[in-house]
Amino acid sequence: MTSNGKPKFAMYWAASCGGCEIAVLNIHEKILDVDANFEVVFWPVAMDAKYKDVEAMEDGSILLTLFNGAIRNDENEHIAKLLRQKSKILVAFGSCATEGCMPALANLTSIEEVVETYYSTISTDNPQNIHPQPTYKAPEGEIYIPKLYPIVRTLDQVVEVDYYMPGCPPESHQIAAVIDLVIDVLQGKATLPPKGSTIGAGGSTVCDDCPRKRDVKKIKEFKRIQDVMLDPEICILEQGVICSGPATRNGCGALCPQAGSPCIGCYGPAEGVLDYGARLLTAVASVIDSNDPAEIERILDGIPDPAGMFYRFNLGGSLLRASKAAWAK
Amino acid sequence: MSKERIGVYVCHCGSNIAGTVDVAEVSRWAGEALKDRGVVVSRDYKFMCSSLGQELIQKDIQEQGLTRVVVAACSPHLHEQTFRNACKEGGLNPYLCELVSIREQCSWIHPDKAVGTEKAKAIVSGGVEKVIWDEPLEPLRVPINPVTLVVGGGIAGIQAALEVANAGYPVIMVEREPSIGGHMAQFDKTFPTLDCAACILTPRMVEVGSHPNVKLFTYAEVTNVSGYVGNFQVTIKQKARSVDTDLCTGCGICQEKCPKKVIDPVFEAGLGYRKAVYTPFPQAVPKYPVIDRENCTYFLKGTCRACEKFCPTGAIDFTQEDEYFTVDVGQIILATGWDLFDARRIPQYGYGRLANVFTSLEFERLTNAAGPTGGKVVLRDGVTVPKSVAIIHCVGSRDKNYNPYCSAICCMQSLKFAHLVHERTGAEVYNFYIDMRTPAKGYEEFYQRVLEEGTHFIRGKVAEITDAARYPGEEGKLIVQAENTLVGKQMRVPVDMVILSAALEPRHDFKEVARLFGISCSEEGWLIERHPKLDPVATMTEGIYIAGCAQGPKDIPASVAQGAAAAARVVGKIQQKEITMEPIRASINQDKCSGCRICNNMCPFNAISFIEDRMVSEVNPALCQGCGTCVAACPAGAISGTVFSDQAILAQLDGLLLNNLKAIDLTPA
Ligand SMILES: Cc1cc2nc3c(=O)[nH]c(=O)nc-3n(C[C@H](O)[C@H](O)[C@H](O)COP(=O)(O)OP(=O)(O)OC[C@H]3O[C@@H](n4cnc5c(N)ncnc54)[C@H](O)[C@@H]3O)c2cc1C
Ligand code: SF4
Ligand code: SF4
Ligand code: SF4
Ligand code: SF4
Repeated sequence: MTSNGKPKFAMYWAASCGGCEIAVLNIHEKILDVDANFEVVFWPVAMDAKYKDVEAMEDGSILLTLFNGAIRNDENEHIAKLLRQKSKILVAFGSCATEGCMPALANLTSIEEVVETYYSTISTDNPQNIHPQPTYKAPEGEIYIPKLYPIVRTLDQVVEVDYYMPGCPPESHQIAAVIDLVIDVLQGKATLPPKGSTIGAGGSTVCDDCPRKRDVKKIKEFKRIQDVMLDPEICILEQGVICSGPATRNGCGALCPQAGSPCIGCYGPAEGVLDYGARLLTAVASVIDSNDPAEIERILDGIPDPAGMFYRFNLGGSLLRASKAAWAK
Repeated sequence: MSKERIGVYVCHCGSNIAGTVDVAEVSRWAGEALKDRGVVVSRDYKFMCSSLGQELIQKDIQEQGLTRVVVAACSPHLHEQTFRNACKEGGLNPYLCELVSIREQCSWIHPDKAVGTEKAKAIVSGGVEKVIWDEPLEPLRVPINPVTLVVGGGIAGIQAALEVANAGYPVIMVEREPSIGGHMAQFDKTFPTLDCAACILTPRMVEVGSHPNVKLFTYAEVTNVSGYVGNFQVTIKQKARSVDTDLCTGCGICQEKCPKKVIDPVFEAGLGYRKAVYTPFPQAVPKYPVIDRENCTYFLKGTCRACEKFCPTGAIDFTQEDEYFTVDVGQIILATGWDLFDARRIPQYGYGRLANVFTSLEFERLTNAAGPTGGKVVLRDGVTVPKSVAIIHCVGSRDKNYNPYCSAICCMQSLKFAHLVHERTGAEVYNFYIDMRTPAKGYEEFYQRVLEEGTHFIRGKVAEITDAARYPGEEGKLIVQAENTLVGKQMRVPVDMVILSAALEPRHDFKEVARLFGISCSEEGWLIERHPKLDPVATMTEGIYIAGCAQGPKDIPASVAQGAAAAARVVGKIQQKEITMEPIRASINQDKCSGCRICNNMCPFNAISFIEDRMVSEVNPALCQGCGTCVAACPAGAISGTVFSDQAILAQLDGLLLNNLKAIDLTPA
């Protein structure tokens, strides 16, 4: 690959769904600015490149790497370390890289059970009962697939990260704003925020951007969204449907509550919050309107999957990180 | 490496700590292992709280230029103030001192010295990490309003009000019933001296009613409390009396003429009647009656108005409405007293089903010369004098099915009843008790006296009271079935009358009262004092005191003593003119607050308000007591507490784990 003198850009997906990639492409014509200002050296989803090409690059030669996806296997880890070594600015991009997101919910279960569920439960059509093996001796030689780790980790649990960009996926206008910022920095018109900052997001939480009317919260019953007709004007949480807005960093523009659906927390914890799930859990527990233990139990029964509810996006990056079942062995 | 210069002081507390913690080793270890955390001095000393111990700290501050101090000794409840003062004397801001407990949390609970020593090291390490985050703070000072609110006009509240008023300061008393006096006004005689309750109580009631420094609201309740020590705003609801107190002379003609008789469930304990317009008893203070609108014929049917017709001064006013006043007070004394255990809850004792089973309060009314029988002890038919009476102690007390605690007064009250039955009827008296508890002055002597009067004492819990006769001589009687545990024998005692010495219970509305005034109550519902031994009348909320049975079951002398003690605390504070408050407060970062309002209802001290136009919440620093509830509740992490920020708490945890928190690694093998 020849160098055209422009700063180099890379993007990678580790354990992720691909939504982050689409969100980047969704910045529309802004993508042309990326091309005008950067030389894209590595972006598996968009162009052909080999790991060995990256390995051959000079350390620190990539200016900006957007890394999405969590660290689920040894391949993810290898590339994370490689890109760290080759990049000046490494951004944990999207919820999986910053917080573990959905993949990290598997941290509640041992990896054997995860694989078992994947290949043998009733909903799986696997008549030959094939389970993947890490290595396989084919006539042409031994081949291997990446080895699964017992727990999913966030990017910064594996390598040092310069900036965090939350969201599942990050909103396109926020991506565009970050790209503008980096271009401004390149042109000497702006300076980078302090290392370790969260970029492309707000400093408060989703409620700050939510137009719904709110009052003192007193909840007697938790309901699920499919079971109620929500009042379009009033705070969703006050109507008994758990909305993660109070705990979730703003930046999305409170899209979900405005569309009549509770915030599910994809923008992660607010600035300085160490454990998103614990925060949301205490907040929700705080507004339960009862002092009678039996009644409280009954009210809590309205939350069928507390771990999935409160740690939906954040288990990997929380203080808990994983259940003992997942990592003790 | 922290830039602080930290001094660590490990106390022996005689052998309290040194017995199970190698204090010299802890101090040596802190000096070496925590050197890179900023520890420059580490010492152990026999009694850190002694003046010599405190001087050690002061000297080191001055000579070694300490910027932070950690004392490893007893609980902060006990000596935090001592060491903060020591630091202040030495020239260091007192809030840069951490007291960590290696006594209550370590030496007292670990018999193994090796374990205790290691744990003490961890605790000291936690203290060192925490103290690095401490900030210099200045105590808050606010002026104090000298007006005191007394809630509840029983004997405890009366005593408190008079003490404060006699010291020259204004008092506002709020009593829920039409008259002050509380339960004591229902009694005839009081144990152990058997002096007449009314003779000692009514002069005090009159004094409250006429005291120039006391403003009395009866038939009234507190409905809202806001503000903080020195500056509370209290809303009082004055229920409509339907009697104009400016005109009423208390002549009583309305009560005489009112045709509507009502069973009086409160003062007469359901045993006697009053009218729809009434004062609970003749010596009521104030003397003005009230119309009970739920029972008044005029309010029910729109006709009657007899009282209005006969009232010589035209004081009856059917159009009065409930009124709300807001008053400013500096301090509050709660003396709301007790409720009687509902004896119906023990069906096997037959109360409510068997006519001649009485509760203790009913019996008080029976013996009262001003009561429904004019003081004659008779059966429910109103004429028959009982020939035998059983008095059952501990009904609803000391029983895990009802109340686990001892009601403290029932033994003495039962002895008083035994004496009164003897005196008034000459009947045989059987007292069924579990243990006889007569610990106060003159009480054991009173017991001896009742013994000599020939009362039968049977030690055993009563299983059942029944009217089902099984043996000759039982017909038409109430049979008390019990095991006499002294002789190990079941017995059946047939009697004419049974008196149940029911438990004292917290007021039925204790939860609302606790919430209204921002204080806590025990599991049973007694209001909780700041310290059970050393601070029995203060509460955890500055400026709010408790006295009498609201705090727990007790007799009249103890209620009076608490009323006086609460008053002394109040007067002491008023005389300081200013109140110093701990600067440990929560604050809300307005940029981070999203206005979600999760925290709005959380604060036990009502310190948080929502600012509608800016859509953010705010903490009133003078109200906040630094409890930390909201800090934990705020999902946005917008609330932080001075002295207990997230960082400080995590740092302390990390210290406790000997700086291993960050090192926890889940890297797969
Ligand atoms: C049957 C019996 C006999 C007893 N005999 C004796 C005896 O002989 N000698 C002795 O020493 N002790 C005796 N006691 C104990 C005695 O009754 C108590 O010690 C005493 O009543 C405690 O006084 P207090 O002021 O704390 O409460 P209380 O007498 O209960 O007075 C509390 C007052 O507060 C008012 N109040 C309650 N809630 C509110 C509210 N929210 N707002 C406004 N006002 C409110 C009530 O109306 C009441 O007037 C006896 C107890 C019983 C059950
Ligand atoms: S909780 Fe949800 S619905 Fe309520 S204000 Fe916050 S974001 Fe809006
Ligand atoms: S109007 Fe009511 S209070 Fe007055 S006399 Fe008639 S019933 Fe009694
Ligand atoms: S809980 Fe936090 S974010 Fe919500 S209103 Fe209170 S301070 Fe603001
Ligand atoms: S810390 Fe919060 S909840 Fe506690 S007293 Fe202060 S404002 Fe109220």
